[in-house]
Amino acid sequence: MLSFNELKIFYGKKTKSNSVPVKIALLTDSSTQLLAQAITGFGVFNDCDYELWQADYNQIDLQIYDNNSALYKFKPDYIIVLRSSEHLLNTFYKTGVNVRENFAAVEINRFENLIQTISANTTCKIITNTYPEINDAVFGNYAAKVVASFIYQIRKLNLSIMDLAQQHENLLLLDMASLVAEKGYCHSFDSKLYVTADMVYNLEILPVIAQNIHSIIQAAESRFKKCLIVDLDNTLWGGVIGDDGLEGIQIGNLGIGKAFSEFQLWIKELKQRGIIIAVCSKNTEAVAKEPFEKHPDMELRLDDIALFVANWESKADNIKHIQQILQIGFDSMVFLDDNIFEREMVRKAIPEVTIPDLPEDPVDYLMYLRTLNLFETASFINEDEGRTKQYQEEAKRVVFQKTFEAESDFLKNLEMVSEISSFNSFSIPRIAQLCQRSNQFNLRTQRYTETELKQLTENNDYFTLSFSLADKFGNHGLIAAIILKKENKNTLFIENWIMSCRVLTRGMEQFSLHAITQLACKNKFSMLKGEYLPTTKNGLVKDHYLKLGFNYIEGFWQMNLNESNFINQTYIQPK
Amino acid sequence: MEQKEILLQLNQIFSDILDNTSIVITEISRAKDIEEWDSLNNIQLVVAIEKHFKIKFTTLEIQNWKNVGEMCHSIQKRLQK
Repeated sequence: MLSFNELKIFYGKKTKSNSVPVKIALLTDSSTQLLAQAITGFGVFNDCDYELWQADYNQIDLQIYDNNSALYKFKPDYIIVLRSSEHLLNTFYKTGVNVRENFAAVEINRFENLIQTISANTTCKIITNTYPEINDAVFGNYAAKVVASFIYQIRKLNLSIMDLAQQHENLLLLDMASLVAEKGYCHSFDSKLYVTADMVYNLEILPVIAQNIHSIIQAAESRFKKCLIVDLDNTLWGGVIGDDGLEGIQIGNLGIGKAFSEFQLWIKELKQRGIIIAVCSKNTEAVAKEPFEKHPDMELRLDDIALFVANWESKADNIKHIQQILQIGFDSMVFLDDNIFEREMVRKAIPEVTIPDLPEDPVDYLMYLRTLNLFETASFINEDEGRTKQYQEEAKRVVFQKTFEAESDFLKNLEMVSEISSFNSFSIPRIAQLCQRSNQFNLRTQRYTETELKQLTENNDYFTLSFSLADKFGNHGLIAAIILKKENKNTLFIENWIMSCRVLTRGMEQFSLHAITQLACKNKFSMLKGEYLPTTKNGLVKDHYLKLGFNYIEGFWQMNLNESNFINQTYIQPK
Repeated sequence: MEQKEILLQLNQIFSDILDNTSIVITEISRAKDIEEWDSLNNIQLVVAIEKHFKIKFTTLEIQNWKNVGEMCHSIQKRLQK
């Protein structure tokens, strides 16, 4: 972790890339100049441009309730509202003793009003904090048993804030309560700074807060980790399976096996949350797989692993192979290996992969990785769990494909079926997630929230199409979404076209276009109009419309439907 | 530790925190003499000095410093304790 002073030096510098800055408005009830420096500095360090606007001191309500305020004029992408336990405690003390039992309820009401006002004025995302817990020692430990105590009310308020975030999709939480619990209140707060400058965060915790705000924003901007690649010997278990044998490796009750068992349980949790787990090990495959199949104390089993790569080739090459099958960016991968030499080799070959320097002692792995907070996310739906199975199926497809010489023979034998549908209440959460996750096959990179998608389906000027794909090896689920907007009575504009990269080169693009033309003809449109808006990540679809036969006219791609006589020439059957 | 030695170490802290290697402080230097030494940077300076010498100042003590010399004096006094 960088120190505050190092962040401040980055704060004075510029990012290398010329991406559009993310606009952040910072509203707080304490002094924030140093926090603003830390957030901007952390962005520069990670080559992300943050344009920060700070409200004057303690102006949260003023800025939010005035719909002509500087806050709304700034047009932020994110509004960060930070409120401190110290100020909350002051408010609490000034609250009549007889109404303190309702303190949290009153506070959450006030806050919900703020959130609703922001949502009425702008569609931006809001980040707010949970409160670090302070026991003011008025009741001692007994406070936890007294409803009218501060600790009781602050905990209740924290729970209410979390509940509120369930109802407001655009409300994200910076969990200060956990962050301060991890570091300790005495290492996060400095009375001297509080009294003289009204700063509630000390210099030690500022970089931690900046890191977490950065992670939350990056996740909301669809930049997050999707895959964890792990080494085996001395990473997933103690010892070397090739030398020590099945009975000799440390896992479960043997030696320091407990450290590895708990580490594996954590990885299994990540898998259940939707992180793809892959193995990359220098081993003979059969030997490496043995513990997963036979060792009674292994928590991870073969069906938890999406891709199992064990051979004697270089790890960098193997990770490139994993990337080709998964079709995700290297920057969404984390690689864990106990061997510093292997880490360096991979780092040199593929610098985009995140490679933590694991502590020397395996008992420290888990604590260390937790503090790195590598797996921040901005959404969660249960379907995430099925992802491992999908990638296992994909690995089988790759093997199947090798049995055909011609691509077309492979596609013909895949027995692909696609279901076309307009957006509905079942598909909208999945489509919203696809909007968040897709960076490469995304023609205009418009990100829609669930609420926005729902509004589209109710708007007569919009048409929507979603596509699922299944084949003989399994079901990909919902893999593409297209949003079409009536521009005038002749022209149908393709407002966005997104597709999962897992189904590239299957003919899905042509199949989808066929569905668009059918929809357009049915609704008497004669012209399709598409647009490609380049980002740093969507170079893949630069020539998408060209390949589909559109003509480039004045910045847009157009296709005249009178001329085109389109039939489904793909190997995909509509369901 | 001698005042001279303390001043030398302080100079290093000042250049680090204020990100300016050409800074030379003397006992009579005051905040208004050094451009980068504003109230925000002062917060960082105090934290860095406390950490470096493994001491803690009181807030009133900090308030009363009129120049670097008095700062050094505070440090020396605390190091002797």
